[in-house]
Amino acid sequence: MSKKRLITAGAGLAAALVSLTGPAFAGWDGINMTPGVTELSARIYHLHMLILWVCVVIAVLVFGAMIYSIVRFRKSRGAVPDTTIVHSNKAELIWTIIPVFILVAMAIPAAKALIVIEDTRNSELTIKVTGYQWKWQYDYLDSGVNFFSTLAESSNFARQRGSGIDPNTVDHYLLEVDHHLVIPVDTKVRLLLTANDVIHAWWVPAFGMKKDAIPGFVNELWIKSHETGTFRGQCAELCGRDHGFMPIVVDVVSKEDFAHWVETHKPAPEAVPAAPAAEPAAPAAEAAPASATKS
Amino acid sequence: MATSHAHDSAHAGHHDEKPYGITRWLFTTNHKDIGTLYLSFACIMFFLGGVMALLIRAELWHPGLQILDPVTFNALTTNHALVMIFGAVMPAWVGFANWMIPMQIGSPDMALPRMNNYSFWILPFAFVLLLSTWFVPGGAPAGGWTLYPPLVLQGGDGLPMAIFAIHLMGASSIMGAINVIVTIMNMRAPGITLLKMPLFVWTWLITAYLLIAVMPVLAGAVTMLLTDHFFGTSFFSAAGGGDPVMFQHIFWFFGHPEVYILILPAFGIISEIIPTFSRKPLFGYESMVYATASIAFLSFIVWAHHMFTVGMPLAGELFFMLSTMLIAVPTGVKVFNWTTTMYKGSLSFETPMLFALAFLFLFTIGGFSGLMLGIVPADFQYHDTYFVVAHFHYVLVPGAIFAAMAGVYYWLPKWTGHRYNEKLGKWHFWLSAIFVNVLFFPQHFLGLAGMPRRIPDYATQFTDWNMVSTIGAFGFGLSQILLLIVVWQCVRGGEKAPNRAWEGAHGLEWELPSPAPYHTWETAPDVATIARGAEH
Repeated sequence: MSKKRLITAGAGLAAALVSLTGPAFAGWDGINMTPGVTELSARIYHLHMLILWVCVVIAVLVFGAMIYSIVRFRKSRGAVPDTTIVHSNKAELIWTIIPVFILVAMAIPAAKALIVIEDTRNSELTIKVTGYQWKWQYDYLDSGVNFFSTLAESSNFARQRGSGIDPNTVDHYLLEVDHHLVIPVDTKVRLLLTANDVIHAWWVPAFGMKKDAIPGFVNELWIKSHETGTFRGQCAELCGRDHGFMPIVVDVVSKEDFAHWVETHKPAPEAVPAAPAAEPAAPAAEAAPASATKS
Repeated sequence: MATSHAHDSAHAGHHDEKPYGITRWLFTTNHKDIGTLYLSFACIMFFLGGVMALLIRAELWHPGLQILDPVTFNALTTNHALVMIFGAVMPAWVGFANWMIPMQIGSPDMALPRMNNYSFWILPFAFVLLLSTWFVPGGAPAGGWTLYPPLVLQGGDGLPMAIFAIHLMGASSIMGAINVIVTIMNMRAPGITLLKMPLFVWTWLITAYLLIAVMPVLAGAVTMLLTDHFFGTSFFSAAGGGDPVMFQHIFWFFGHPEVYILILPAFGIISEIIPTFSRKPLFGYESMVYATASIAFLSFIVWAHHMFTVGMPLAGELFFMLSTMLIAVPTGVKVFNWTTTMYKGSLSFETPMLFALAFLFLFTIGGFSGLMLGIVPADFQYHDTYFVVAHFHYVLVPGAIFAAMAGVYYWLPKWTGHRYNEKLGKWHFWLSAIFVNVLFFPQHFLGLAGMPRRIPDYATQFTDWNMVSTIGAFGFGLSQILLLIVVWQCVRGGEKAPNRAWEGAHGLEWELPSPAPYHTWETAPDVATIARGAEH
């Protein structure tokens, strides 16, 4: 009996936890995916919530049936087994076919979203993103703006073992870089992803998309943010010692601000502020994070 | 009388004495001894892998780097996975297979006893080789257990050692699998047709075919890493015209069937235990067999769902999404069949049943998150986050590991001849079941909130759930000491267990005395014994 209570309590707790992830708490980004700020991230979020709720409903039914049997057919309550129930074509057919329909119903919106996600045509701005151990390089192919983006010094100091600095006192600990990627709002931005040494993955949760940056490959993803602001993410593919220390920070700014930003960051015809775009090969040894580069 | 007859046949042969001392274990060709060796080895590796996990969780208690440097952290995640998969779960299943398959199909031993000995004794060497990488220049492999190039090729002297260790583990697994197949195909007692075999035997038969199919693929993949690193080939190097993504395709062509190698024997054990404690035959036996076979088949055509973010063509993503979702159908059939087995049964809740029920609930949760991960657009968010970590730990810990524990408690009376301490067993269960959820459920939240996996340090907003998870980890880890105590006590002594240790148990193993004599079924069980075993 105490077991029963424990089981029901456990089920209740699980249900409560699941309900917390519902749309009512979507703003509580501590425990759920966020709808993000792009068309794709919103679609992905809604797809995620749809599957989640389908799973919750199935779970309530299946777990309900299990709990019913556990509570109702206890030997301690004098239950007598009905050993004739060993097989039923009808039941087995039903619970084979119904899931197929549910799956098809989930696959259709998923496939539709996927088709939109993979359509990188008609982009208005192209940025080449190159992953290094352990930093990112951004190369605006249209305007020639080109820079590296490395973990901010404040985080880099605090994260050293025995630094004595409480991470809670550091602004955006591990999610701040020296040079932000800047993109315009309401513009279809295409990112071309590649890497110089090992595989990395570029991921900003608010944009919904994650894609691997692979040496020798050029992958594509697109972003069209409908909000301005600063959005943060991280490398998402294990890339060695400082995999956890190569964040991504993106400023989405108005189109006018972006045009201004490009003007001030364009390489002057003679002076070259960063390594030339075509020759970014920084030896892996120099890429060590301790040398928080000034680009 | 069932008892006297079984006793006769068990002792009809010449002897029950066994060699003493260390040579008994070194040279044994007895399936029960080898089963014990496998299970003991798995237990040691389970605790070793567990200590690695606790170090990882201790570092993740708080943001900032406290006890580990990032390279050691990466080496720990890599080795935790390799030790748990190849050292704990797989050998545990081979241990169960050795102990139970001959007894369940009325065979005197495994078909190839000498190879049986060999396949076990390779394992300690393989793991000494793997673990000694911690002491060589360059340290232990730290590129993740998936060994993706080019990162893995940055490893030091540990890399070739780890590769040879994987070769050895693969050889051991293949030999074990061949032994299982040959035994099941050739040594069933007359009258035990394929569709009369216990489900544990069925799931192992299918698992063995999976092993033979994919372990050589893994061996090939790691050998290509070896030649890329030392002999100037460029299989996976873009600079030399190779393709780093090809490694991922080859690896996961092994890796996905491997996932089912880890879980199918668990399905078999659960299918033995739930009917026993429901006092009712398994519902839909044949559909269980077909569902297992379907899962095994599908496991070969879903591999790329582990790598949706590498930039596949749309058609490829759609294919792997749909094939992955299909797996939910046979898996659902299994869950529904287990649930219906309990319906109108007469349930009691001894420790094996408790673990089996926890498996049923928690494995299903892992199934749900698996389905979510299969939806490609959503996977673009979930991929390589703690959501994935939560998913595969739900199917492996309260999935595979709980099933192994259920199996240990279920068959301990048969193995040792004693009843284990039920009260301690239940303590072990409740602590494990509670803490495993404290440990892994919050990891869903962490993943959805944006925490990548395989990072030694994290942004401060992830602190709370990481703390909860770490508390769960230490609670779960410490609870496992109870398992050691229960098993130790039970081996040493205790109330005498009857032949049929569980009222509702069915199957040939329960027709044998407890403890099972050193040699069993030297004469194949007759039709009456088989019928008696089946009718329960």
